[in-house]
Amino acid sequence: MMLIPCPWCGPRAESEFTYIGDARRQRPDTSALEVSPEALQAHSDYVYLRDNPKGWHQEYWQHSSGCRAHLKVERNVVDHRIRASVKADEALPSFPEGR
Amino acid sequence: MPGFRLEQGGLIDRSTPLNFRFDGKSMSGFAGDTLASALLANGVQLMGRSFKYHRPRGVYGSGSEEPNALMTLGRGQEEESNLRATMVDLYDGLDARSQNAWPSLNLDLLSANSMISAFLPAGFYYKIFLGSANFWLLPEYFIRRAAGLGYPNALDNEDDFQHHYQHCDVLVAGGGTSGLAAALAAARSGASVVIVDEHARLGGQGLWRNAEERVFVDAALSELEANPKIKVLTRTTAWGHYDDNMVACIQIEGDPGAPLAPHQPRARAWHMRAQRVIYATGAIERPLVFANNDRPGVMLAHAAGSFASKFGVLIGKRILLATNNDDSYAHASILAQAGAEVTLLDARSAVSAALTAQAKAAQVDLRLGQTVLAAKAGKAGPSAAEIGALDGKSSSLIDCDAIASSGGWSPSIHLHSHTGGKAEWRDDLQAFVAGKRLQEGVTVGAAAGLFGAQDALASGWQQGLAAAQDLGHHQASGEAPRLELAEAPTTTIMPLWSCPKPKILKGKAFVDFQNDASASDVAMANQEGYRSVEHLKRYTTLGMGTDQGKTSNINGHALLAEAQGRAIAEVGTTTFRPPYSPVTLGAFGGPHTGMAFAPIRRTPMQALHAAAGASFVEAGLWYRAEWYSRPGEDMWASIKREALNVRQAVGMCDVSTLGKIDVQGPDAQEFIQRLYCNGMKTLPVGKVRYGLMLRDDGMVFDDGTVARLADQHYYMTTTTAKAAAVLAHMEYHLDVVWPDLKVRVASITDQWAGMSIAGPRSREMLQAALPGLDLSNEGLPFMGFLDTELNGLPIRLLRISFSGELAYEVHTPSRFGPQVWQVLEQVGQDFGLMAYGTEALGALRIEKGHVAGGELDGRTTPADMGLGKMVAKKKDFIGRLGLMREGLSRDDRPRLVGLMPADGRSKFVAGSQLTEAKSVGGFGQITKSLGWVSSAHFSVEHGCTIALGFVENGDRRHGETLYAASPLDGLHVPVTLVSPHMIDPQGERQHG
Ligand SMILES: [Zn+2]
Repeated sequence: MMLIPCPWCGPRAESEFTYIGDARRQRPDTSALEVSPEALQAHSDYVYLRDNPKGWHQEYWQHSSGCRAHLKVERNVVDHRIRASVKADEALPSFPEGR
Repeated sequence: MPGFRLEQGGLIDRSTPLNFRFDGKSMSGFAGDTLASALLANGVQLMGRSFKYHRPRGVYGSGSEEPNALMTLGRGQEEESNLRATMVDLYDGLDARSQNAWPSLNLDLLSANSMISAFLPAGFYYKIFLGSANFWLLPEYFIRRAAGLGYPNALDNEDDFQHHYQHCDVLVAGGGTSGLAAALAAARSGASVVIVDEHARLGGQGLWRNAEERVFVDAALSELEANPKIKVLTRTTAWGHYDDNMVACIQIEGDPGAPLAPHQPRARAWHMRAQRVIYATGAIERPLVFANNDRPGVMLAHAAGSFASKFGVLIGKRILLATNNDDSYAHASILAQAGAEVTLLDARSAVSAALTAQAKAAQVDLRLGQTVLAAKAGKAGPSAAEIGALDGKSSSLIDCDAIASSGGWSPSIHLHSHTGGKAEWRDDLQAFVAGKRLQEGVTVGAAAGLFGAQDALASGWQQGLAAAQDLGHHQASGEAPRLELAEAPTTTIMPLWSCPKPKILKGKAFVDFQNDASASDVAMANQEGYRSVEHLKRYTTLGMGTDQGKTSNINGHALLAEAQGRAIAEVGTTTFRPPYSPVTLGAFGGPHTGMAFAPIRRTPMQALHAAAGASFVEAGLWYRAEWYSRPGEDMWASIKREALNVRQAVGMCDVSTLGKIDVQGPDAQEFIQRLYCNGMKTLPVGKVRYGLMLRDDGMVFDDGTVARLADQHYYMTTTTAKAAAVLAHMEYHLDVVWPDLKVRVASITDQWAGMSIAGPRSREMLQAALPGLDLSNEGLPFMGFLDTELNGLPIRLLRISFSGELAYEVHTPSRFGPQVWQVLEQVGQDFGLMAYGTEALGALRIEKGHVAGGELDGRTTPADMGLGKMVAKKKDFIGRLGLMREGLSRDDRPRLVGLMPADGRSKFVAGSQLTEAKSVGGFGQITKSLGWVSSAHFSVEHGCTIALGFVENGDRRHGETLYAASPLDGLHVPVTLVSPHMIDPQGERQHG
């Protein structure tokens, strides 16, 4: 069972968290009342398309049985290593290729 | 002669005899025995019958690798099956029974399976389906009767199981010589250490192999005991290594099959979180593959040695030991020194001078270049063996009463493998060892292929030090423990996978004992194209028993490689997955059973409902009042009375289970506006509004009400079912999508009680309860609310309706809930007030055409439910772009309709499909479904079943007749499509 570092609570067991999804997906701004076909397509892509990369993956988790904050985690989906975790609205640090 | 107890020797306590029973026969053993050693000491060789062919079987190993000697222990509540006799510590009163034999172990009628084994070939379970559809039913019946192990205990398990959470610097899995050295090194360096071992005492083979190793083990054990930094857990198996060094362990606390002492758990599940894990898990011996190698009285070489040296039990007087490696010489010597006549067959034509000298000194009859070709069955154990050279050309018979064999040792790299670590083949060892690793786990000792005790000790010590240093501890002070063996053991081995070659085997030669997979099954699988080890496993079931192929995998994979003319490294091995050995299911649940698994949520008024005769229904964790029985009423009478009373007078319903969310902040208005698809911006303070929430894909997520308490303060309700999901949805959007919005949300579901007061007399009644207030349409209009006091108790009075009647909701802080309920009940007496439950509530809302869970199923849009007009055109909200997708604005989408029986009386049910077909077709006949019934209930207003459902173009088909088909209920009812507003379509009542 993974240990996920919550920026508020420290490392906690995976069972306290809920996986939310890909953190590189950004919800397109939908505030413009006029909706172009491109905007519709972008929104549809946001709702339905997911990458399935092998290796490092930025993802949102919610500390749902803890402080309830959302966090952004960079996790390797091959071996489940976590190399960074920040608050949801912060940027993850960048890492050199291949680390 | 079968096995017997030696006069002396072993780690048993001959002054403490223990009585036990096996298949009803009284026997006795000693403290320190396992069930297996005690049975052998009592001359029992036949201990069970095999899985498929019901062949007679005896004990084969000495520990958790045991494939054959599986027993059922205990009676009644304590009964537990499939226990390995080698892992059960003997206790007084132990009651064991053999398994899978009928009518008895000695006379097993199903052993006829042996004779028809030609008809149960590899892949049988698949091939049987190639015949005609019904052919397999007959063999299936017999196979189900014949196959299998023990029976699960059908009684509720009342045993206590505990969960423990343990953190440590270094976890050492395995308490043999290398594990002890690792634990000492890490602890002396100052690291906190946990060491676990599956047996009743630490020490492994060091306890009994030779005197020098025993000296080290004893010294190590006393040091462990004295060091407070070391926690020792025996009868504890590290069965799975998970992410971030979480190692799952099971500790057997209560003896299996025995009643528990007060407060004693049956087992403890340990969740170990270690900085470093050291696998000192040892190795598992594999047998030689020869004809009848599965007979009782045939076992692994080290098992024969350990029974003699550890338990003082000799497995026979004339023992034949066949091997291909150096390790067996030690066991041959032990057996000979214990008084047996030992013939050692080494398939190799030459061995070192040291080994021949060792055999000679122990008076072992060593025969090089010879091996065992077949065991000849005696009464139970073998009476003789056919032996000869590997080419199988010449052979002779030799008398013996027990046979032991060794095909080499396979390191236990299971834990390493659990974490994704690779296995690497080593030709010099003829074994897989741990290769590339992904987690902080290192293997030491035999698990690392270091089969000699000195090497094992050194590797354990070194890795123990390294782990501690790595964690910032200082180098241990003092001398490293030493182990001086008279002669350093050698570990050479020749590859030998069957005796003789597979094609000239002299009978059925088993690879997997537990699943009855033989060498010929492996050959057949290969011949039929199952060429990978993973296919071999599934086709022959090799390695799929409760022993997970501990003694069989490598032999099977090697035979497959040999058949293909490929190297074993090339063929590879199957992946080990947890658990290492069987874990009792109760340990997973631990104390989380019953109420500790699913606690009951009670509304503040629960006790009042119970006292009023309510029946309760589960809604998630809630128990909601379903109806209130009065004397002489059946369920339907109560429900109809309650519903009718709401339509005619006034009813009160507990709605405390609704989700309630407090929303505050400068941007609360903007957030609420984006959250709901209908307009919320214009909602003034003091007003409440119905709201519909969508998901980003445009489908309806939930509905509820929003009351604006102040400029920056809202009070929301959600459905009971979606309360948690809606909160998470809001938190996600605030944290992730719109972090710029200054809003805080908090669940206040448990802090507020709620009751709905509905019916034509509700205003009169509330006016009587709240004489100081103006409850007229002007004073409290439809969708208005006000905070006030009822008899000094704070309440929030909202004028909202779910039933379609003139209705109000009264909310109050939970602690005042019961008092408010009672005051209203008191006042209501004069107005015909009755409590009503969720059944009546459901009936009322269906009559009104209000959507709820059945309609909000995640596949429906606002327009589908006839709520398309609610959707705001001039604002952005979650789901707006999703709704614009072409498919969601099509004309022929399913639309909400009301449904009534065409004959005005027939009953139909939710879940029915709506079709034009006049009758239910036969099996396999397909009729097009035009829609479905989402909710149905008996209507007091109409005197028949009414329902809501969805039909293609339904909103334009009112008046048409379709059929509600529910083949499961045997129902096929003509129904008329009507407006979903089956009462008061203009809403005059609720506005009245
Ligand atoms: Zn947290």
